Amino acid sequence: MSDPILQLKGVKTDIAQYHILHGVDLDVPRGAVTMLLGRNGAGKTTTLRTIMGLWKPHQGEILLDGAHINGLNPAQIARRGIGFVPEDMGIFSDLTVEENLRLAALSGQPIPERMDWIFAAFPALKTFWKSAAGTLSGGQKQMLSVARAVVEDRELYLIDEPSKGLAPAIVATLARALKDLKNRGATILMVEQNFSLAKALGDHVAVMDDGRIIWSGAMAELASDTNLQERLMGLKMESAG
Amino acid sequence: MTHAPTHAPTMAKLTLAERLRPWMPVLLVPALMVFGFLTIDSSSSWLTLTVSGLAMGMMIFVIASGMTLVFGLMDVINFGHGAFISFGAFVGTSVLLALGAMTGVPSLMLNLLAIAGAVLAAMVVTGGMGWAFERVIVRPVYGSHLKQILVTMGGLIVAEQLIYVIWGGHEIVITRPETLKGAITFAGAALEKYRLLAVVVGLAVFLALRTVMRRTKVGLIVRAGVENPEMVQALGYNITRVFVGVFIAGSALAGLGGVMWALYQEIITAHMGNEIMILVFIVVIIGGLGSVEGCFIGALTVGLVQNYAAFLEPKLALISNIALMVAILMWRPMGMVPVVKAK
Amino acid sequence: MMNILSGDRPKSVILSVLLAVILLALAFAPFLFPGSRSLETAARICIFIVLVASYDLLLGYGGIVSFAHTMFFGMGAYGVAIAIDRLGTGYGAMGLGALVGMVVAGIVALLIALLSLRVRAIFFAMITLAIASAVAVLVSQLSQFTGGEDGMNIRIPRELTPAFRLGEVFGTRVNGKVLNYYLVFTGCLVLFLVMLRLVNSPFGRVLQAIRENAFRAEAIGYRVVFYRAMATCLSAMIAALAGSLFAIWLRYVGPSTTLGMEIMLDILLMVVIGGMGTMYGAVVGTAIFVLAQNYLKELMGGLSEATSALPVIPDLLSPDRWLLWLGVLFILSVYFFPTGIVGRLRGTR
Repeated sequence: MSDPILQLKGVKTDIAQYHILHGVDLDVPRGAVTMLLGRNGAGKTTTLRTIMGLWKPHQGEILLDGAHINGLNPAQIARRGIGFVPEDMGIFSDLTVEENLRLAALSGQPIPERMDWIFAAFPALKTFWKSAAGTLSGGQKQMLSVARAVVEDRELYLIDEPSKGLAPAIVATLARALKDLKNRGATILMVEQNFSLAKALGDHVAVMDDGRIIWSGAMAELASDTNLQERLMGLKMESAG
Repeated sequence: MTHAPTHAPTMAKLTLAERLRPWMPVLLVPALMVFGFLTIDSSSSWLTLTVSGLAMGMMIFVIASGMTLVFGLMDVINFGHGAFISFGAFVGTSVLLALGAMTGVPSLMLNLLAIAGAVLAAMVVTGGMGWAFERVIVRPVYGSHLKQILVTMGGLIVAEQLIYVIWGGHEIVITRPETLKGAITFAGAALEKYRLLAVVVGLAVFLALRTVMRRTKVGLIVRAGVENPEMVQALGYNITRVFVGVFIAGSALAGLGGVMWALYQEIITAHMGNEIMILVFIVVIIGGLGSVEGCFIGALTVGLVQNYAAFLEPKLALISNIALMVAILMWRPMGMVPVVKAK
Repeated sequence: MMNILSGDRPKSVILSVLLAVILLALAFAPFLFPGSRSLETAARICIFIVLVASYDLLLGYGGIVSFAHTMFFGMGAYGVAIAIDRLGTGYGAMGLGALVGMVVAGIVALLIALLSLRVRAIFFAMITLAIASAVAVLVSQLSQFTGGEDGMNIRIPRELTPAFRLGEVFGTRVNGKVLNYYLVFTGCLVLFLVMLRLVNSPFGRVLQAIRENAFRAEAIGYRVVFYRAMATCLSAMIAALAGSLFAIWLRYVGPSTTLGMEIMLDILLMVVIGGMGTMYGAVVGTAIFVLAQNYLKELMGGLSEATSALPVIPDLLSPDRWLLWLGVLFILSVYFFPTGIVGRLRGTR
């Protein structure tokens, strides 16, 4: 695991008076998909939000491409080349699909080549191009959220549980798109509860519990060892899709 | 099953009433005009009152738009907004009085130039004040409405007192420039020239604001920021900087509104801003805090109701707006154009 | 003693001494500070202590900003004035007026609370501001009931006027005015102790829990809107009673003495300077504010004359501009001493 693009060293984050992260150490290798697994409340979403600068860690270091990014505001961190798909999708429902994507394109307008790819992956976005994003279905909103993160090339994509609450067919569409993104050489750190999806996409895996990384290694290793799965994640992973 | 089922937005099977519902607020203003036309027996009086109501509404809109956006974007409630109105009026009036040579002659060109100069000066001063106000008064109390109300109220007191220090305690009379005095007659109704100008200026501000909000990147950021400021940050935009910009622009617009109001009333006092703020509060509440469109509709509604009521039952003019506010809040508790908030 | 104070100790030696001095000074004001001007000041302090404390019930304990407090104050004052005007002079009319004023204030407060608090607490500030100014305009327009801008003189029973003489005590002439003062003093003391009991009751504690975290209070199962509406009502009713006392004391009621925005600002300043969220803050804040109002103006007058050779500065220091400096003081205290004088003395932050 040489030359990680993102490194977390002993990151501790508090939310109000609660300690959520108790010292997270994590390396995210370049050009691969790293899955962040763990039960609810383990601190996965907080880890992504802390990387993004939306929560401030009170201890520890976060390095992107070897440079410290803790202490920067979220806008500065985003401009270092991180695309973010938050847990609640973060769609601007008053804006149209087009405007949501235009806003995400920091260079001005979305690149046509990129848009062709997005439309091929998510045809619904083309259909509702001029509709307010608030009128989309839950699955379409998730597609828009992903599309917004990938509208330009980013160093790293942080994707928070894209399959959450969606019908299997839509999860399949999203999975295909993410697979495609991966094949283009993207670096992804993704939170996922759906183990079969995680297994299909992930190269590496880190398992969290109680605000710490308790295991990390190759996805193949975890996928082939059901005992390890049960030990790490307590209960059997739900398998949908 | 490998193909995603189509997920069309469910707008196919709506009844007419349901389809009309989102448009109800927009229809309110014309409906009110029709109502006025039916209750006021003289159509020329109706036209005069309507123009006057629209003029008043436009001025309130110019003033209120900044305040509603400041709230929408950063959840900051500024009770000191009235200070910018008063300062704008005093600066503008001072400039107009100094440019007496340009306002006293019957040349539309020179008159408008003088007004433009006054407006520019007022907007620069109130914009600068807004910058200082945000820095000194508002910035330390982000996140606490209680403290915001108290501190901005304190800022209002200080600003009002500074007007007394600079301009003295007396009210100042300002007459309109020569070519804007008097009225034109249209369809038997006397329409004051200045009110027509106020309608044009207000409409121009609304359209300009709308264009900026719809067509520019800054507008996109502001609209997105009203709904979910955190996500705008995560997309790479510094929302605080945008917010300061909106605060300055909103203060400058209040200054513009102050000049317009000064020429409308032809008399200015240090606490005029405070008095106008009462109407502004009613407008932003009924419009839906944070919404520019709602603010526009609310302002026109308040202007028309105030003028119709003053004609039909003079003593009820101010009470009529309170009644309007109560009625609209009972109909739509979040205002006519409710603002979607992510959190 | 602790029972009377509802177990709410001052918790600071300086504060205890300060409160005792204020209490004694007010209790014996007619004898300690003879002269009608100082008696006026003492009565004003008594009434404003109640008015400010009742406002603090909303602001400090409930976390709600209202700009209609002077409106409720005015309802009590006008209640007495109109009752006496219609029914003739008498204690019955006086009492009835105060009662009606109080009930009307309670009902109006409830309606405003139900209209605005169910949406957003900040609507309350804006809506009360709009309604209070509309009512002020209405009062000046309905001159056949309210006397309009001129206000109304109130003919209170003769026993409460200076014309009623009782003799001398400690070299001070005791007349109806002194009796009237003691009516005001006793009324205010009782109302203050009632409020002290209220904020230290379970109701007061729930209110504070809501102020700290409305969501959590709602989650635990307290109906936030109900508690806030109740606080609004109680606060309005006590303000109305204070208004009734004020009208009886002044024998006059008018828009400028009860409804003006200036009075509203004074109340805000007194609450914040004294300390939000503590009843004793109202006592200290009011006493200091009312005294400073006189003293500060004189000081500023002196400074303004001393600097008359300089530009601008004499204008800034003119006694008419005392509100400017109070405004600055107000902003600074919200930033740096959000708990006011009492909070400082108690050593809390």
